[in-house]
Amino acid sequence: MADKPVPLAEKRLMDVKLGELMSWISTKDLSPNGIIAAVRRGHDRYYNKYINVKKGGIGGIAMLLTSYVVLSYIWEYDHIKHDRWRKYH
Amino acid sequence: MLSRLALVSASALKSSGPLGAGLVQASRSIGTSPQSLAPVPPLPEKGGQVRHGIIPEELFQFLYPKTGVTGPYMLGTGLLLYLLSKEIYVINHETFAAASIGIVIVYGIKKFGPSVAAFADKLNEEKVSKAQEVKDLAVKSLTEAIEEEKKEQWRAEGRQMLFDAKRNNVVMLLETNHRERLHMVTNEVKKRLDYQIDVQNLHRRLQQEHMVDWVEKNVIKSITPQQEKESIAKCITDLKKLAQTAKATA
Repeated sequence: MADKPVPLAEKRLMDVKLGELMSWISTKDLSPNGIIAAVRRGHDRYYNKYINVKKGGIGGIAMLLTSYVVLSYIWEYDHIKHDRWRKYH
Repeated sequence: MLSRLALVSASALKSSGPLGAGLVQASRSIGTSPQSLAPVPPLPEKGGQVRHGIIPEELFQFLYPKTGVTGPYMLGTGLLLYLLSKEIYVINHETFAAASIGIVIVYGIKKFGPSVAAFADKLNEEKVSKAQEVKDLAVKSLTEAIEEEKKEQWRAEGRQMLFDAKRNNVVMLLETNHRERLHMVTNEVKKRLDYQIDVQNLHRRLQQEHMVDWVEKNVIKSITPQQEKESIAKCITDLKKLAQTAKATA
């Protein structure tokens, strides 16, 4: 607990306190280049953890496909709403 | 093991787009960034753990201290019931389609997973062994080159001996030449001295003969004509006497 105080912009997301969340987001680079860089970083992390290994498993792409299914369900929810069986839950 | 196939195809992928290029670039970022490591670290053996194929192990580890082993399963069940009861997840025709597809996929993965994994491993193995062959060949040729170099250095040392032998040859030639010239000199000198000796002998002989001739001439000159007549008469009487004695004995 005797670490020197880390400036806000360099903290990882899990170390950011809830009250500082908005200011933490404002310190991040939100320009198109920054967003593309962030997407690439995230992709590299995922790729190097699950796919770029000697003996990978099904999890690498299964997680991608599952998240695709879930995301597409969420985007179509307004249309699927009409197939509900009961009106009041 | 499908991700192994994904790796095999991703490294051969040449698709356009930043993500596609990023896919290929991620495994080849050597020397392009300032923090590159010179020998590339080997690939990790196993990837991040995933349970039941779709849930990362980190969730289970995250919930373990508070809820134990069954925590995430309880969370899943509760979440499922909530989604179903509030009809946030609606059961319609798509549910049955998804269920049948899911069953087929799970059955296929369970049955053909290991063989596909072995196949992908074999492909990787071949690639690695080819690269290793190239590396081994290069190392072998370089060590051979080192051996050749050492042998050349040894030969260069041997050339010193060659130079010594040649130097000795040259010295011997010079000495032979020198001695030949000495011989020539002595011969010439001897010839000249012999000539002088012969000249002196010749002188002496000529002097002797001249003296003898002179003595003879003087003797003959001293014989007067009268003495010549007396000697001739004596010779005749002697001859007559001899003829008489010869006639008497015969």
